[in-house]
Amino acid sequence: MKENYTGAPANRVDGRAKVTGEAKYTAEFDIPEVAYGVVVNSSIAKGKIKRIDTSAALALPGVLQVFTHENRPGYTWLDSHYQDEDSPPGSPFRPLYSKEIMFSMQPIALVVAETFELARYAALLVQVDYEMQPHETDFKANLKDAYRPKKYKSTKPPEPRGDAEGAYDQAALKLKETYIHPPQHHNPMEMHAAIAKWDEDGKLTVYDKIQGVQNSQKYLSNAFGLKPDDVHVISPFVGGAFGSGLRPQYQLFLAVLAARELKRAVKVVLTRQQMFSFGHRPNTLQEISIGASTEGKLESVQHHAYGETSRFEDYHEDVVIWPGVLYHCDNMKVSHQLVGLDVYTPLDMRAPGGSTGIFALEIAIDEMAYKTGIDPLEFRLRNYTTTDQSKGLPHSSKELKECYRQGAERFGWDKRSMAPRSMKEGNQLIGWGMAHGAWEAKQQEASAKVVLSPEGKLTVSSATADIGTGTYTVMSQIAAETMGLPLENVTFLLGDSTLPKSPLEGGSWTVASVGSAVKLVCQKLQEDLLKLAQKMENSPFKDAQPEEVSFANGQMFLTQAPASSISLLALLQQNEGKPVEAEATQKPEKEQKKYSSYSHSATFVEVQVDEDLGTIKVTRVVSAIAAGRIINPKTGRSQILGGTVWGIGFALQEHTVMDNHLGRFMNHDLDKYHLPVNADTPATDIIFVEEKDEVVNPLGVKGLGEIGIVSVTPAIANAVFHATGKRIRELPITLDKLL
Amino acid sequence: MRPFSYTQSPDVTTAVQEVSAQGAKFIAGGTNLLDLMKIDVMSPSHLVDITQLALNTIEETPDGGLRLGALAKNADTAYHELVQTRYPLLAHAILAGATAQLRNMATDGGNLLQRTRCYYFYDTHTPCNKREPGSGCSAIKGYNRDLAILGTSEHCIATHPSDMCVALAALEATVHVKSSQGERAIPFAEFHRLPGDTPHLDTNLHPTEIITAIELPAKGFAQHYAYLKLRDRASYAFALVSVAAALELEGDTVKEARIALGGVAHKPWRVPEAEALLQGKPASKENFRAVAEAYLAGAKGYGDNTFKIELAKRAIVRALEQAISMEGKS
Ligand SMILES: Cc1cc2nc3c(=O)[nH]c(=O)nc-3n(C[C@H](O)[C@H](O)[C@H](O)COP(=O)(O)OP(=O)(O)OC[C@H]3O[C@@H](n4cnc5c(N)ncnc54)[C@H](O)[C@@H]3O)c2cc1C
Ligand code: SF4
Repeated sequence: MKENYTGAPANRVDGRAKVTGEAKYTAEFDIPEVAYGVVVNSSIAKGKIKRIDTSAALALPGVLQVFTHENRPGYTWLDSHYQDEDSPPGSPFRPLYSKEIMFSMQPIALVVAETFELARYAALLVQVDYEMQPHETDFKANLKDAYRPKKYKSTKPPEPRGDAEGAYDQAALKLKETYIHPPQHHNPMEMHAAIAKWDEDGKLTVYDKIQGVQNSQKYLSNAFGLKPDDVHVISPFVGGAFGSGLRPQYQLFLAVLAARELKRAVKVVLTRQQMFSFGHRPNTLQEISIGASTEGKLESVQHHAYGETSRFEDYHEDVVIWPGVLYHCDNMKVSHQLVGLDVYTPLDMRAPGGSTGIFALEIAIDEMAYKTGIDPLEFRLRNYTTTDQSKGLPHSSKELKECYRQGAERFGWDKRSMAPRSMKEGNQLIGWGMAHGAWEAKQQEASAKVVLSPEGKLTVSSATADIGTGTYTVMSQIAAETMGLPLENVTFLLGDSTLPKSPLEGGSWTVASVGSAVKLVCQKLQEDLLKLAQKMENSPFKDAQPEEVSFANGQMFLTQAPASSISLLALLQQNEGKPVEAEATQKPEKEQKKYSSYSHSATFVEVQVDEDLGTIKVTRVVSAIAAGRIINPKTGRSQILGGTVWGIGFALQEHTVMDNHLGRFMNHDLDKYHLPVNADTPATDIIFVEEKDEVVNPLGVKGLGEIGIVSVTPAIANAVFHATGKRIRELPITLDKLL
Repeated sequence: MRPFSYTQSPDVTTAVQEVSAQGAKFIAGGTNLLDLMKIDVMSPSHLVDITQLALNTIEETPDGGLRLGALAKNADTAYHELVQTRYPLLAHAILAGATAQLRNMATDGGNLLQRTRCYYFYDTHTPCNKREPGSGCSAIKGYNRDLAILGTSEHCIATHPSDMCVALAALEATVHVKSSQGERAIPFAEFHRLPGDTPHLDTNLHPTEIITAIELPAKGFAQHYAYLKLRDRASYAFALVSVAAALELEGDTVKEARIALGGVAHKPWRVPEAEALLQGKPASKENFRAVAEAYLAGAKGYGDNTFKIELAKRAIVRALEQAISMEGKS
C-alpha cells in the first residue's frame, strides 16, 4: 500500500507541521497591533453585582478599556440571537448582559490593554461588590426537585415497552442500585482563545478555538447583527477540545465586542483556571433495576437518570437509551430528569450520555451476572440482541460477538476464576473485568469542494475541523484513493468558514459525513474529467459511462480495457491550463432510516489492587472494536488509545470538586484536577474487528472518536470488584473507597 | 500578576541585604513562587534571584555527614553518588516528588519552603487564613480530602506537601540559615511550624534569613529504609499519606526506628515516643501496628480526609515491612 490509501496506516499529513511548531493554534496567530483582553470572573455563584469599580485598572497607562455590563454597547440582547448549533433548549448565557450572577466564575469584565502582562495586572485591580443570594449547587440535595424538561436536547427517552415493574416483581433475581459520577471538565491541552479583527469595510475576521467554524460564524452574525458573509472564522488547528469547543465560548464574544469598540484587533485567551468556568460533563445519578431469571435471562430493566443542568438551559444527553441498544429485554422502562443548579450549563463531553449510561448499566449487568453465578461475558451472550429494541429497528451491522471472541481470546478471559479475591499475588489482589459498549454511527449532511490544478495537484476542502483526530489525513486518503493520486499530491483544507458547509466536528460523525462528501465530490470530478476526455479526438472514452472508468496511478482508464487510458496531466491540458473544479453535498440516504447503526466495543481489563492500601493500578487493557471500515488504523488506534486513557481517568481519577458553601468548583487546575499520567496507563491492546456495513454511509465507516471510552470505565469498576469483592458505584474509584 | 522589580545577587551578603527591603523575596528555582505569583496568592514587590550564589555544592562534613547546598537542585541531590549510597531514603523521597522537569529546576532550599496545596489557598476568591489571616478557613467545612489529620488547629488544617522534607525529618537534618544578623542552625523538627493561630507562618525561618545549607548527620540508615508515597495517581501528584521509614536492626531486633509521615500535618510528622516503642523489640507486624496506632493516637479527621487515619496506620506498617525486606532495592 505504497499509496497510503484508505485502510493503510498513513502518517499524519500535518504531523511535521505539528512537531515543528509550524501548525498555528488560535492564540498563536500574529496579528499586528493586537490588544490583549483578560477576563475577570465572579467570586460568587448567585446574586447581583452591586458595584464594579474599574477606575484603578483604567488609571494604568496602557489599559485601553474595561468592558462590563455597565458600559457594554447595546447590541441585540434577544435570547435567540445567542443560540448556536449545540444549544440546549432554554436561554443561552449572554456575557456582560446584566448585573445578575448566575454561576461562580461567570465572566463579568474584560480588561483590554496594550500588553498581556498589563491586562492581567489590571484585571486584579477591578473591584467588585456583590449582593449575595443563596445558591444551590448541591446536586444530591436538590434531586428532590428533579423535573422532566419540556424539550429534550438529545433523543427523547424511549417509551416503556412491556411491563417493566410487573416483570421486576416476578423475577427470580433482582437488583436495584444507584450509580453516580461527579462533574468532569474537558481540559483539552489548548486553552480556549479568540482573536477578532474588524476590517475597514465592517467585515470581521476571527480566529477561534472551535469544533466548527461555521457555528462561530452563525453565532457572531446573529449576536452582532452581521451578514454571515461578513464574518470570516478561521481555526486550522485545535489542540484537543472533547466537546468544549462545540459551542462558541465567551472568549469569542468578548474579543469581538472589544475589537469592535476599540477599533483594534483583540486577543482573549482563557487561563487553565478559566477552563473550569463553562461547560462540563454533568454530575449524574442513575437508578437501575434489573430482574433476571436464574438462567441469566433479563426479564426487566429500568434505568432512570438524573442529570445536573443550569438554571437557564435544559442540558440533557442520551444516558438511558443504552439498555435498549445493548440488550434484549421485552420489559423496559427508562426516564431522564434534570436537576437545576446555580452552575453553568453542562456541555457535551467525549461520548456524552454514552460514557455515563454505559458505565452504570455495565456495572449493574456485572452485578446481575454475579447474582446468577454466570460468567459476565456469557451473561451478555445470553442477552444478545440483533435489533435495537428502543427504536424497533435491526442493526445495520453488529460484530459485537466477534469483539467478544477476539477480545476474550487475546486477554485470556477463559483463565479467569469467577470468585472475587481469588487471584492474589502477595499483597496485590488481581481482578479481571469486562464490559461492552456502543456509540451511534451518525451521518450528517456535509459539502466539499475539489480543485484539480493543471499540475495535477488536488485540493479538497470543507469547513470541518481537526481536533487532533486526524481529519486532515483521513480526508486526504479518501480523496487520493478515489482519484488514484499519490497522497502527497492531495491537500485538504478545513477550519475556514468560507469553505463548503460542514457539521460540527463531534458525535464521531466527521469521517462518515465529510468523508462521504469528499468521496462524492471526487466522483463528480471524475465525471467532469470524463467529459473532458470525451471531447478529445478519437477518444476511447467517447461512449463510456462514469461507472465504466477507473482512476489509478495518475491515469484514467476503461475498467474493462485498462490499456485505453489517459494520464490526468494530459487530460488537464485539454482544459486550456485551467483547473477542474467540482462541489458536492452528501446527505444521508433514506435507507438508513430503516436501521439502527452503532459501533461496538468489548473491553477486558486487569487491575492490581493493594489489599491493605487500596491503591489501584490498571495493568492490562484489551479493547476490541467493531466500527465498520477503518480508514486509517494508525490514527484510528490513537483514538481508541486516547479513549482508553480517558476511561481510566473516568473510572479512577476525574472529579471536579464542588464546594457547596461557596458554590464554586475548587480544583481548577491540572495539579488538582487529576487526569491519568503516563505511569497510570498500561499496555493496551487494540483490535479492530472486521465489519462490513453497506447502509451506514457510502464509506461504510462508523466513527472512532467516542467508542473507545464507553466500556473502559465499567470494565475497570468490574475488575476492581473481581479483585476486592467491593462494588464501588460512585466514581471516581479512589483508594479510600477500598480501605 | 502584579509588577515587581528584580535583582540578581552576586553573593550571600548582598542577597540578605536586598531581601530585608519591604516586600522582597528570594527566588530560586521559581517552581513554586512563580506559580503563586501568577495567581496572585503571593505578590512580592521585589525578587532577589539567588541562583548565582555559590550554594549549590554537595560536600562531606568532617564528622561524616553530608552538606547539601541550599541551591543544589533536587535532581542533582537525588542522583548524587553520596546521597544514593549513604542516604538512599532521601534520594527515594525526592524522586517520588513532582516530575523530572520540576526536579531539574527545584532547589533543596526552595523545597523546604514550598507552600501548601490546599485548594482554597490557591483561589483568592475564597476565604483562607493562611493566605489572608482572619478571613476564615474554607477547608474545615469544605473539601479537605488532601488536608491534615494531625496537629491541626481551628484556623487551618493545611499540610506541608513536600516529600523531601519527610525524609529529612526522619534523618534528623539540620537547616543552616544566615541573615545580616549572623548565622544559626535549626534542627529539622523545629524548622516547620504547626498552624496554631498563626497559619500564615509555615516555618520558623525569618523573612530576612536565607537558607544556606541542609546538613545530614552521619547516620543514613542505608541498610533498611523505605519511602512509601500513597497518592491518587502514579506520578505528578502530592501524597495523601507518605511514610519515610528508617531502621537499624540487630538480627530481627530493632535497635533504632525512625518514622516520619508526610501529607498528614502542617509539617513532617514525627512521634519519637512512638518510635521508641520499637526499640529492642522484634521487627514484627504486630509491633509495627502498635507503633502505627501510637503515631495516629491524636489524629482527627474532617470528613473527606478521615480515611487518612487508617491509611496512615497501614502505610506505616507497610513501609516498615519494606524497610525490613528491602525488596526491589539494590
Ligand atoms: C506541578 C508540581 C508538582 C509538584 N509535586 C511535588 C511533589 O510531589 N513533592 C514535592 O515534594 N514537591 C513537589 N513540587 C514542589 C517542588 O518540589 C517545589 O516547587 C520546589 O522544591 C521549590 O523549589 P524552588 O527552588 O523552585 O523554589 P522557589 O519557587 O524559587 O521558592 C520557593 C520559596 O522558597 C523561598 N526560597 C527559595 N530558596 C531559598 C533560600 N535558599 N533561602 C530562603 N528562602 C528561599 C522563596 O522565597 C519562595 O518563597 C511540585 C511542584 C509543582 C509545580
Ligand atoms: S486549611 Fe489552611 S490553607 Fe486551607 S483554607 Fe484553611 S486556612 Fe487556608
